Amino acid sequence: MSSKSFVYVPPSEPVNNKNVKISQLCELCHARKAILKRPKNMQKVCKLCFFHVFETEIHNTIIDNNLFYRGERVAVGASGGKDSTVLAHMLKLLNERHDYGIDIVLLSVDEGIIGYRDDSLATVKRNQKQYGLPLEIVSFKELYNWTMDEIVACAGIRNSCTYCGVFRRQALDRGAEKLGINHVITGHNADDMAETVLMNILRGDVARLEKSTAIITKSKGSPIKRSKPFKYSYQKEIVLYAHYKKLDYFSTECTYAPEAFRGTAREFMKNLESVRPSCIIDIIHSGENLVLKKKDASQTKHGATGFVDGNRCEKCGYLSSNKKCKACILLEGLEANRATISIENDSSVDGAARVMRQLEHMSF
Amino acid sequence: MNELISKDIKRNKTRMVKIKVEFLGGLDVIFNKERVHNLNVPKEDPVTMADLLDFIVETMIANKKDVEVFLENGTVRPGIITLINDTDWELEGELEYVLEDGDIISFTSTLHGG
Ligand code: SF4
Ligand SMILES: [Zn+2]
Ligand SMILES: [Zn+2]
Repeated sequence: MSSKSFVYVPPSEPVNNKNVKISQLCELCHARKAILKRPKNMQKVCKLCFFHVFETEIHNTIIDNNLFYRGERVAVGASGGKDSTVLAHMLKLLNERHDYGIDIVLLSVDEGIIGYRDDSLATVKRNQKQYGLPLEIVSFKELYNWTMDEIVACAGIRNSCTYCGVFRRQALDRGAEKLGINHVITGHNADDMAETVLMNILRGDVARLEKSTAIITKSKGSPIKRSKPFKYSYQKEIVLYAHYKKLDYFSTECTYAPEAFRGTAREFMKNLESVRPSCIIDIIHSGENLVLKKKDASQTKHGATGFVDGNRCEKCGYLSSNKKCKACILLEGLEANRATISIENDSSVDGAARVMRQLEHMSF
Repeated sequence: MNELISKDIKRNKTRMVKIKVEFLGGLDVIFNKERVHNLNVPKEDPVTMADLLDFIVETMIANKKDVEVFLENGTVRPGIITLINDTDWELEGELEYVLEDGDIISFTSTLHGG
Protein backbone atom coordinates (compact mmCIF):
# COMPACT_ATOMS: atom_id res chain seq x y z
CA MET A 1 0.00 0.00 0.00
CA SER A 2 1.34 3.42 -0.88
CA SER A 3 1.90 6.06 1.74
CA LYS A 4 -0.83 8.00 -0.03
CA SER A 5 -3.47 6.11 1.90
CA PHE A 6 -2.26 7.70 5.11
CA VAL A 7 -3.23 11.15 3.98
CA TYR A 8 -6.88 11.96 4.18
CA VAL A 9 -8.20 13.78 1.13
CA PRO A 10 -11.75 15.02 1.73
CA PRO A 11 -14.23 14.93 -1.15
CA SER A 12 -14.40 18.12 -3.21
CA GLU A 13 -16.84 20.85 -2.30
CA PRO A 14 -19.21 21.53 -5.23
CA VAL A 15 -18.92 24.95 -6.83
CA ASN A 16 -21.84 24.90 -9.24
CA ASN A 17 -24.69 26.57 -7.41
CA LYS A 18 -27.67 26.62 -9.68
CA ASN A 19 -31.04 28.22 -9.20
CA VAL A 20 -33.24 25.95 -7.17
CA LYS A 21 -36.71 25.11 -8.41
CA ILE A 22 -39.53 24.91 -5.88
CA SER A 23 -39.95 21.21 -6.65
CA GLN A 24 -36.35 20.66 -5.56
CA LEU A 25 -36.78 22.09 -2.08
CA CYS A 26 -36.30 20.13 1.13
CA GLU A 27 -39.58 18.70 2.39
CA LEU A 28 -38.72 19.54 5.98
CA CYS A 29 -37.49 23.15 5.96
CA HIS A 30 -38.83 24.17 2.52
CA ALA A 31 -35.87 26.53 2.32
CA ARG A 32 -32.85 24.71 0.95
CA LYS A 33 -32.26 22.37 -1.95
CA ALA A 34 -32.91 18.71 -1.21
CA ILE A 35 -29.80 16.61 -1.72
CA LEU A 36 -31.11 13.20 -0.82
CA LYS A 37 -34.25 11.10 -0.91
CA ARG A 38 -34.25 9.11 2.32
CA PRO A 39 -34.45 5.40 1.52
CA LYS A 40 -36.63 4.54 4.51
CA ASN A 41 -39.47 6.96 3.69
CA MET A 42 -38.61 8.60 0.34
CA GLN A 43 -38.58 12.04 1.98
CA LYS A 44 -36.47 14.63 0.16
CA VAL A 45 -34.22 16.50 2.55
CA CYS A 46 -31.46 19.10 2.46
CA LYS A 47 -28.03 18.57 3.94
CA LEU A 48 -28.71 20.31 7.25
CA CYS A 49 -32.07 18.65 7.80
CA PHE A 50 -30.47 15.29 6.93
CA PHE A 51 -27.84 15.79 9.64
CA HIS A 52 -30.55 16.74 12.08
CA VAL A 53 -32.96 13.87 11.40
CA PHE A 54 -30.23 11.26 11.10
CA GLU A 55 -28.60 12.26 14.40
CA THR A 56 -31.96 12.57 16.14
CA GLU A 57 -33.10 9.13 15.02
CA ILE A 58 -29.98 7.56 16.49
CA HIS A 59 -30.44 9.53 19.69
CA ASN A 60 -34.02 8.24 19.87
CA THR A 61 -32.86 4.66 19.32
CA ILE A 62 -30.40 5.11 22.19
CA ILE A 63 -33.01 6.57 24.53
CA ASP A 64 -35.87 4.22 23.61
CA ASN A 65 -33.68 1.19 24.28
CA ASN A 66 -31.91 2.55 27.36
CA LEU A 67 -28.57 1.75 25.78
CA PHE A 68 -26.50 3.68 28.34
CA TYR A 69 -26.59 4.73 31.95
CA ARG A 70 -24.96 7.84 33.32
CA GLY A 71 -21.36 7.23 34.29
CA GLU A 72 -21.08 4.14 32.08
CA ARG A 73 -17.77 3.49 30.34
CA VAL A 74 -18.22 2.17 26.82
CA ALA A 75 -15.85 0.84 24.17
CA VAL A 76 -16.52 1.54 20.51
CA GLY A 77 -15.27 -1.29 18.32
CA ALA A 78 -13.25 0.84 15.89
CA SER A 79 -11.91 -0.59 12.64
CA GLY A 80 -11.26 2.68 10.81
CA GLY A 81 -14.03 1.74 8.37
CA LYS A 82 -17.06 3.86 7.57
CA ASP A 83 -19.51 2.43 10.09
CA SER A 84 -17.27 2.54 13.14
CA THR A 85 -15.86 5.94 12.20
CA VAL A 86 -19.34 7.44 11.94
CA LEU A 87 -20.25 5.62 15.17
CA ALA A 88 -17.35 7.13 17.11
CA HIS A 89 -18.12 10.59 15.74
CA MET A 90 -21.84 10.22 16.44
CA LEU A 91 -21.50 8.93 20.01
CA LYS A 92 -19.13 11.70 20.92
CA LEU A 93 -21.46 14.30 19.39
CA LEU A 94 -24.63 12.92 21.00
CA ASN A 95 -22.92 12.43 24.36
CA GLU A 96 -22.02 16.11 24.36
CA ARG A 97 -25.30 17.33 22.93
CA HIS A 98 -27.61 15.28 25.15
CA ASP A 99 -25.35 14.83 28.15
CA TYR A 100 -25.53 11.03 28.41
CA GLY A 101 -22.65 11.18 30.84
CA ILE A 102 -20.81 8.26 29.24
CA ASP A 103 -17.08 7.75 28.89
CA ILE A 104 -16.08 6.63 25.38
CA VAL A 105 -12.96 4.61 24.51
CA LEU A 106 -11.98 3.40 21.03
CA LEU A 107 -11.15 -0.30 20.99
CA SER A 108 -9.40 -1.75 17.94
CA VAL A 109 -8.38 -5.25 17.03
CA ASP A 110 -5.19 -5.77 15.07
CA GLU A 111 -5.76 -9.02 13.19
CA GLY A 112 -2.30 -8.86 11.67
CA ILE A 113 -3.12 -8.40 7.98
CA ILE A 114 -0.33 -6.52 6.29
CA GLY A 115 -1.41 -3.98 3.69
CA TYR A 116 -4.87 -3.80 5.18
CA ARG A 117 -5.10 -3.64 8.93
CA ASP A 118 -1.89 -1.68 9.40
CA ASP A 119 -3.29 1.04 7.13
CA SER A 120 -6.74 1.01 8.68
CA LEU A 121 -5.21 1.24 12.16
CA ALA A 122 -3.46 4.38 10.98
CA THR A 123 -6.93 5.75 10.26
CA VAL A 124 -8.11 4.81 13.75
CA LYS A 125 -5.11 6.62 15.20
CA ARG A 126 -6.05 9.74 13.25
CA ASN A 127 -9.65 9.38 14.49
CA GLN A 128 -8.30 9.15 18.03
CA LYS A 129 -6.76 12.59 17.60
CA GLN A 130 -9.66 14.04 15.60
CA TYR A 131 -12.21 13.04 18.23
CA GLY A 132 -9.98 13.29 21.28
CA LEU A 133 -10.86 9.79 22.49
CA PRO A 134 -8.52 7.27 24.14
CA LEU A 135 -7.56 4.25 22.02
CA GLU A 136 -6.75 0.67 22.99
CA ILE A 137 -5.44 -1.85 20.48
CA VAL A 138 -5.45 -5.61 21.09
CA SER A 139 -3.74 -7.88 18.61
CA PHE A 140 -4.31 -11.49 17.50
CA LYS A 141 -0.57 -12.03 17.81
CA GLU A 142 -0.48 -11.12 21.48
CA LEU A 143 -3.73 -12.98 22.32
CA TYR A 144 -3.36 -16.13 20.21
CA ASN A 145 0.22 -16.04 18.99
CA TRP A 146 -1.08 -16.13 15.41
CA THR A 147 -1.57 -13.28 12.98
CA MET A 148 -4.23 -13.59 10.28
CA ASP A 149 -1.45 -13.64 7.69
CA GLU A 150 0.03 -16.70 9.41
CA ILE A 151 -3.39 -18.33 9.74
CA VAL A 152 -4.09 -17.91 6.03
CA ALA A 153 -0.64 -19.25 5.15
CA CYS A 154 -1.43 -22.30 7.25
CA ALA A 155 -5.15 -22.93 6.76
CA GLY A 156 -5.79 -21.39 3.37
CA ILE A 157 -7.77 -18.35 2.36
CA ARG A 158 -11.13 -20.08 2.10
CA ASN A 159 -12.09 -19.94 5.75
CA SER A 160 -10.10 -16.86 6.70
CA CYS A 161 -13.20 -14.87 7.66
CA THR A 162 -14.42 -17.63 9.98
CA TYR A 163 -11.17 -17.62 11.93
CA CYS A 164 -11.05 -13.86 11.85
CA GLY A 165 -14.63 -13.46 13.07
CA VAL A 166 -14.33 -15.91 15.96
CA PHE A 167 -11.01 -14.46 17.11
CA ARG A 168 -12.11 -10.86 16.72
CA ARG A 169 -15.24 -11.31 18.76
CA GLN A 170 -13.25 -12.75 21.61
CA ALA A 171 -10.50 -10.16 21.19
CA LEU A 172 -13.01 -7.33 21.59
CA ASP A 173 -14.31 -8.89 24.80
CA ARG A 174 -10.81 -9.37 26.14
CA GLY A 175 -9.86 -5.81 25.20
CA ALA A 176 -12.91 -4.48 27.00
CA GLU A 177 -12.14 -6.62 30.02
CA LYS A 178 -8.61 -5.25 30.07
CA LEU A 179 -10.05 -1.74 30.15
CA GLY A 180 -12.55 -2.65 32.85
CA ILE A 181 -15.39 -1.88 30.44
CA ASN A 182 -18.59 -3.94 30.26
CA HIS A 183 -20.16 -2.51 27.16
CA VAL A 184 -18.89 -2.87 23.58
CA ILE A 185 -20.67 -0.84 20.93
CA THR A 186 -20.41 -1.88 17.30
CA GLY A 187 -21.28 -0.17 14.02
CA HIS A 188 -23.60 -2.87 12.67
CA ASN A 189 -26.22 -1.13 10.57
CA ALA A 190 -29.65 -1.89 9.15
CA ASP A 191 -28.19 -3.45 6.00
CA ASP A 192 -26.00 -5.80 8.05
CA MET A 193 -28.93 -6.76 10.19
CA ALA A 194 -31.30 -7.35 7.27
CA GLU A 195 -28.63 -9.44 5.59
CA THR A 196 -28.25 -11.57 8.72
CA VAL A 197 -32.02 -12.00 9.00
CA LEU A 198 -32.18 -13.12 5.37
CA MET A 199 -29.32 -15.56 5.76
CA ASN A 200 -30.79 -17.06 8.91
CA ILE A 201 -34.14 -17.48 7.17
CA LEU A 202 -32.45 -19.11 4.17
CA ARG A 203 -30.58 -21.46 6.47
CA GLY A 204 -33.61 -22.07 8.67
CA ASP A 205 -31.51 -21.07 11.65
CA VAL A 206 -34.24 -20.43 14.17
CA ALA A 207 -32.03 -19.91 17.20
CA ARG A 208 -29.99 -17.22 15.54
CA LEU A 209 -32.91 -15.53 13.84
CA GLU A 210 -34.36 -14.47 17.16
CA LYS A 211 -31.03 -13.19 18.41
CA SER A 212 -30.00 -11.49 15.20
CA THR A 213 -32.35 -8.53 15.49
CA ALA A 214 -31.66 -7.74 19.16
CA ILE A 215 -30.20 -4.30 19.70
CA ILE A 216 -28.48 -5.38 22.90
CA THR A 217 -27.01 -8.85 23.29
CA LYS A 218 -25.60 -10.29 26.45
CA SER A 219 -24.79 -13.87 27.28
CA LYS A 220 -25.71 -15.00 30.75
CA GLY A 221 -22.72 -14.92 33.02
CA SER A 222 -20.79 -12.61 30.71
CA PRO A 223 -19.90 -9.20 32.06
CA ILE A 224 -19.76 -7.78 28.52
CA LYS A 225 -22.85 -6.56 26.76
CA ARG A 226 -22.92 -5.52 23.12
CA SER A 227 -25.11 -2.96 21.45
CA LYS A 228 -25.80 -1.66 17.96
CA PRO A 229 -27.09 1.92 17.91
CA PHE A 230 -27.09 1.88 14.07
CA LYS A 231 -29.52 -1.02 13.97
CA TYR A 232 -32.07 1.08 12.05
CA SER A 233 -29.58 3.21 10.09
CA TYR A 234 -29.17 2.58 6.38
CA GLN A 235 -25.69 1.92 5.08
CA LYS A 236 -26.37 4.47 2.37
CA GLU A 237 -27.15 7.20 4.89
CA ILE A 238 -24.14 6.31 7.03
CA VAL A 239 -21.86 6.66 3.99
CA LEU A 240 -23.56 9.90 2.93
CA TYR A 241 -23.25 11.27 6.45
CA ALA A 242 -19.52 10.49 6.43
CA HIS A 243 -19.25 12.08 2.98
CA TYR A 244 -21.04 15.31 3.84
CA LYS A 245 -19.31 15.62 7.22
CA LYS A 246 -16.00 14.81 5.54
CA LEU A 247 -15.18 12.14 8.08
CA ASP A 248 -11.86 10.40 7.59
CA TYR A 249 -12.51 6.69 7.04
CA PHE A 250 -10.67 3.80 5.49
CA SER A 251 -12.23 1.85 2.64
CA THR A 252 -9.62 -0.48 1.20
CA GLU A 253 -10.81 -4.03 0.90
CA CYS A 254 -9.22 -6.69 3.09
CA THR A 255 -6.72 -8.86 1.24
CA TYR A 256 -8.76 -11.91 2.20
CA ALA A 257 -12.21 -10.50 1.57
CA PRO A 258 -14.44 -12.94 -0.28
CA GLU A 259 -14.36 -12.57 -4.06
CA ALA A 260 -16.47 -9.57 -5.05
CA PHE A 261 -20.09 -9.66 -3.96
CA ARG A 262 -21.59 -11.84 -6.64
CA GLY A 263 -24.39 -14.04 -5.50
CA THR A 264 -24.26 -12.99 -1.89
CA ALA A 265 -27.21 -12.13 0.29
CA ARG A 266 -25.78 -8.61 0.33
CA GLU A 267 -25.99 -8.26 -3.41
CA PHE A 268 -29.49 -9.69 -3.46
CA MET A 269 -30.49 -7.07 -0.91
CA LYS A 270 -28.86 -4.17 -2.76
CA ASN A 271 -30.89 -5.16 -5.81
CA LEU A 272 -34.08 -5.33 -3.75
CA GLU A 273 -33.24 -1.95 -2.26
CA SER A 274 -32.85 -0.35 -5.67
CA VAL A 275 -36.39 -1.41 -6.50
CA ARG A 276 -37.95 -0.77 -3.10
CA PRO A 277 -35.69 1.13 -0.69
CA SER A 278 -37.83 0.45 2.38
CA CYS A 279 -37.15 -3.30 2.08
CA ILE A 280 -34.17 -3.15 4.45
CA ILE A 281 -36.22 -1.86 7.36
CA ASP A 282 -39.08 -4.15 6.33
CA ILE A 283 -36.83 -7.21 6.57
CA ILE A 284 -35.64 -6.15 10.03
CA HIS A 285 -39.22 -5.69 11.20
CA SER A 286 -40.14 -9.09 9.80
CA GLY A 287 -37.19 -10.59 11.65
CA GLU A 288 -38.30 -8.91 14.86
CA ASN A 289 -41.84 -10.16 14.51
CA LEU A 290 -41.08 -13.72 13.56
CA VAL A 291 -41.64 -15.28 16.94
CA LEU A 292 -41.27 -18.98 16.61
CA LYS A 293 -43.02 -21.61 18.58
CA LYS A 294 -40.78 -22.79 21.39
CA LYS A 295 -39.49 -26.30 20.97
CA ASP A 296 -39.75 -28.99 23.56
CA ALA A 297 -36.75 -28.54 25.86
CA SER A 298 -35.64 -32.14 25.31
CA GLN A 299 -35.53 -31.59 21.57
CA THR A 300 -33.35 -28.54 21.57
CA LYS A 301 -29.64 -28.83 21.06
CA HIS A 302 -28.97 -27.05 24.30
CA GLY A 303 -31.15 -29.39 26.28
CA ALA A 304 -29.53 -32.39 24.65
CA THR A 305 -25.96 -31.38 25.46
CA GLY A 306 -26.79 -30.21 28.96
CA PHE A 307 -25.84 -26.71 27.95
CA VAL A 308 -25.63 -24.19 30.75
CA ASP A 309 -25.25 -20.61 29.67
CA GLY A 310 -22.31 -19.17 31.51
CA ASN A 311 -19.97 -22.14 31.16
CA ARG A 312 -16.30 -21.40 30.73
CA CYS A 313 -13.82 -22.85 28.28
CA GLU A 314 -11.68 -25.42 30.05
CA LYS A 315 -8.59 -24.24 28.18
CA CYS A 316 -8.70 -20.45 28.27
CA GLY A 317 -11.53 -19.60 30.64
CA TYR A 318 -13.45 -17.63 28.04
CA LEU A 319 -17.21 -17.84 28.20
CA SER A 320 -18.38 -20.80 26.17
CA SER A 321 -21.46 -22.97 25.82
CA ASN A 322 -19.23 -25.95 25.14
CA LYS A 323 -16.30 -27.49 26.98
CA LYS A 324 -13.87 -25.64 24.76
CA CYS A 325 -14.54 -22.28 23.19
CA LYS A 326 -14.60 -21.81 19.44
CA ALA A 327 -11.31 -19.94 19.43
CA CYS A 328 -9.53 -22.77 21.25
CA ILE A 329 -10.92 -25.36 18.86
CA LEU A 330 -9.70 -23.33 15.90
CA LEU A 331 -6.33 -22.84 17.55
CA GLU A 332 -5.94 -26.58 18.13
CA GLY A 333 -6.65 -27.19 14.47
CA LEU A 334 -4.09 -24.58 13.51
CA GLU A 335 -1.40 -25.95 15.81
CA ALA A 336 -1.98 -29.45 14.42
CA ASN A 337 -1.63 -28.04 10.94
CA ARG A 338 1.50 -26.15 11.80
CA ALA A 339 3.00 -29.46 12.87
CA THR A 340 1.97 -31.47 9.82
CA ILE A 341 2.20 -28.83 7.16
CA SER A 342 5.80 -29.56 6.32
CA ILE A 343 5.07 -33.28 5.82
CA GLU A 344 1.81 -33.19 3.92
CA ASN A 345 1.84 -30.13 1.83
CA ASP A 346 -1.78 -30.30 0.83
CA SER A 347 -3.40 -31.17 4.14
CA SER A 348 -3.94 -27.61 5.24
CA VAL A 349 -7.25 -26.99 3.52
CA ASP A 350 -8.62 -30.42 4.46
CA GLY A 351 -7.74 -29.83 8.08
CA ALA A 352 -9.45 -26.48 7.98
CA ALA A 353 -12.55 -27.98 6.40
CA ARG A 354 -12.71 -30.59 9.13
CA VAL A 355 -12.54 -27.94 11.83
CA MET A 356 -15.30 -26.01 10.05
CA ARG A 357 -17.54 -29.07 10.07
CA GLN A 358 -16.81 -29.57 13.73
CA LEU A 359 -17.77 -25.94 14.40
CA GLU A 360 -21.04 -26.30 12.56
CA HIS A 361 -22.10 -29.07 14.89
CA MET A 362 -21.44 -27.08 18.00
CA SER A 363 -24.07 -25.00 19.66
CA PHE A 364 -23.38 -21.34 19.93
CA MET B 1 -26.58 37.16 -37.25
CA ASN B 2 -26.87 33.88 -39.10
CA GLU B 3 -23.15 33.66 -39.26
CA LEU B 4 -22.90 34.10 -35.51
CA ILE B 5 -25.29 31.26 -34.81
CA SER B 6 -23.53 28.86 -37.16
CA LYS B 7 -20.21 29.78 -35.57
CA ASP B 8 -21.70 29.03 -32.21
CA ILE B 9 -22.89 25.65 -33.38
CA LYS B 10 -19.51 24.85 -34.87
CA ARG B 11 -17.77 25.80 -31.66
CA ASN B 12 -20.19 23.66 -29.69
CA LYS B 13 -19.43 20.72 -31.90
CA THR B 14 -15.81 20.61 -30.92
CA ARG B 15 -16.21 21.80 -27.37
CA MET B 16 -15.41 19.83 -24.28
CA VAL B 17 -17.28 19.77 -21.03
CA LYS B 18 -14.88 20.13 -18.12
CA ILE B 19 -15.86 18.24 -15.01
CA LYS B 20 -14.34 16.62 -11.98
CA VAL B 21 -15.06 12.96 -11.22
CA GLU B 22 -14.28 11.30 -7.89
CA PHE B 23 -14.22 7.59 -7.06
CA LEU B 24 -14.63 7.17 -3.32
CA GLY B 25 -15.29 4.57 -0.67
CA GLY B 26 -12.80 2.13 -2.15
CA LEU B 27 -13.96 2.43 -5.77
CA ASP B 28 -10.63 4.00 -6.70
CA VAL B 29 -9.12 0.48 -6.83
CA ILE B 30 -10.36 0.05 -10.38
CA PHE B 31 -9.08 3.50 -11.39
CA ASN B 32 -5.38 3.14 -10.64
CA LYS B 33 -6.07 4.08 -7.02
CA GLU B 34 -6.67 7.66 -8.16
CA ARG B 35 -9.65 9.20 -6.41
CA VAL B 36 -9.89 12.49 -8.26
CA HIS B 37 -9.96 12.83 -12.05
CA ASN B 38 -10.30 16.08 -13.97
CA LEU B 39 -11.99 15.22 -17.23
CA ASN B 40 -12.60 16.90 -20.52
CA VAL B 41 -15.41 15.00 -22.12
CA PRO B 42 -15.74 15.63 -25.88
CA LYS B 43 -19.04 17.21 -26.56
CA GLU B 44 -21.11 17.18 -29.71
CA ASP B 45 -24.59 17.21 -28.32
CA PRO B 46 -25.24 17.84 -24.66
CA VAL B 47 -23.29 15.33 -22.58
CA THR B 48 -25.48 13.31 -20.26
CA MET B 49 -24.60 11.09 -17.33
CA ALA B 50 -25.22 8.12 -19.63
CA ASP B 51 -22.53 9.49 -21.97
CA LEU B 52 -20.22 10.01 -19.01
CA LEU B 53 -20.62 6.39 -17.91
CA ASP B 54 -19.73 5.24 -21.44
CA PHE B 55 -16.74 7.58 -21.45
CA ILE B 56 -15.52 6.23 -18.10
CA VAL B 57 -15.88 2.61 -19.19
CA GLU B 58 -14.19 3.20 -22.54
CA THR B 59 -11.31 5.38 -21.45
CA MET B 60 -10.69 4.94 -17.74
CA ILE B 61 -11.18 1.32 -16.71
CA ALA B 62 -7.99 -0.48 -17.69
CA ASN B 63 -9.14 -3.98 -16.85
CA LYS B 64 -12.44 -4.74 -18.59
CA LYS B 65 -13.28 -7.29 -15.91
CA ASP B 66 -13.61 -4.38 -13.51
CA VAL B 67 -16.51 -2.86 -15.44
CA GLU B 68 -18.99 -4.99 -13.52
CA VAL B 69 -17.69 -3.57 -10.24
CA PHE B 70 -18.92 -0.20 -11.49
CA LEU B 71 -21.88 -0.88 -13.77
CA GLU B 72 -24.78 -3.29 -13.83
CA ASN B 73 -27.54 -3.42 -16.44
CA GLY B 74 -26.32 -0.26 -18.11
CA THR B 75 -26.36 1.90 -15.02
CA VAL B 76 -24.34 2.44 -11.86
CA ARG B 77 -24.33 -0.71 -9.79
CA PRO B 78 -26.64 -0.84 -6.75
CA GLY B 79 -24.57 -0.14 -3.65
CA ILE B 80 -22.65 2.70 -5.29
CA ILE B 81 -23.89 6.19 -4.42
CA THR B 82 -23.80 8.65 -7.30
CA LEU B 83 -23.76 12.33 -6.41
CA ILE B 84 -24.00 15.27 -8.80
CA ASN B 85 -22.63 18.34 -7.03
CA ASP B 86 -23.32 16.54 -3.75
CA THR B 87 -26.96 15.82 -4.65
CA ASP B 88 -28.09 12.21 -5.05
CA TRP B 89 -28.47 11.70 -8.77
CA GLU B 90 -31.94 10.22 -8.10
CA LEU B 91 -33.03 13.83 -7.67
CA GLU B 92 -31.22 15.04 -10.79
CA GLY B 93 -32.64 12.77 -13.48
CA GLU B 94 -29.99 10.04 -13.18
CA LEU B 95 -28.77 9.01 -16.66
CA GLU B 96 -30.49 11.94 -18.35
CA TYR B 97 -28.77 14.68 -16.37
CA VAL B 98 -26.92 17.07 -18.69
CA LEU B 99 -23.41 17.87 -17.53
CA GLU B 100 -22.16 21.43 -17.22
CA ASP B 101 -18.67 22.83 -16.88
CA GLY B 102 -17.51 22.72 -13.29
CA ASP B 103 -19.79 19.88 -12.20
CA ILE B 104 -18.43 17.51 -9.61
CA ILE B 105 -19.61 13.93 -9.96
CA SER B 106 -18.78 11.46 -7.23
CA PHE B 107 -19.24 7.70 -7.09
CA THR B 108 -18.96 6.24 -3.59
CA SER B 109 -18.99 2.53 -2.96
CA THR B 110 -20.91 1.37 0.10
CA LEU B 111 -19.82 -2.20 -0.54
CA HIS B 112 -16.10 -1.91 0.10
CA GLY B 113 -14.27 -2.17 3.41
CA GLY B 114 -15.93 -2.31 6.79
S1 SF4 C 1 -12.52 -9.83 5.23
FE1 SF4 C 1 -12.38 -11.68 6.48
S2 SF4 C 1 -10.20 -11.88 6.92
FE2 SF4 C 1 -10.50 -9.78 6.22
S3 SF4 C 1 -10.81 -8.59 8.10
FE3 SF4 C 1 -12.83 -9.18 7.36
S4 SF4 C 1 -13.30 -11.10 8.44
FE4 SF4 C 1 -11.08 -10.74 8.62
ZN1 LIG D 1 -34.14 21.21 5.04
ZN1 LIG E 1 -10.95 -21.17 25.00
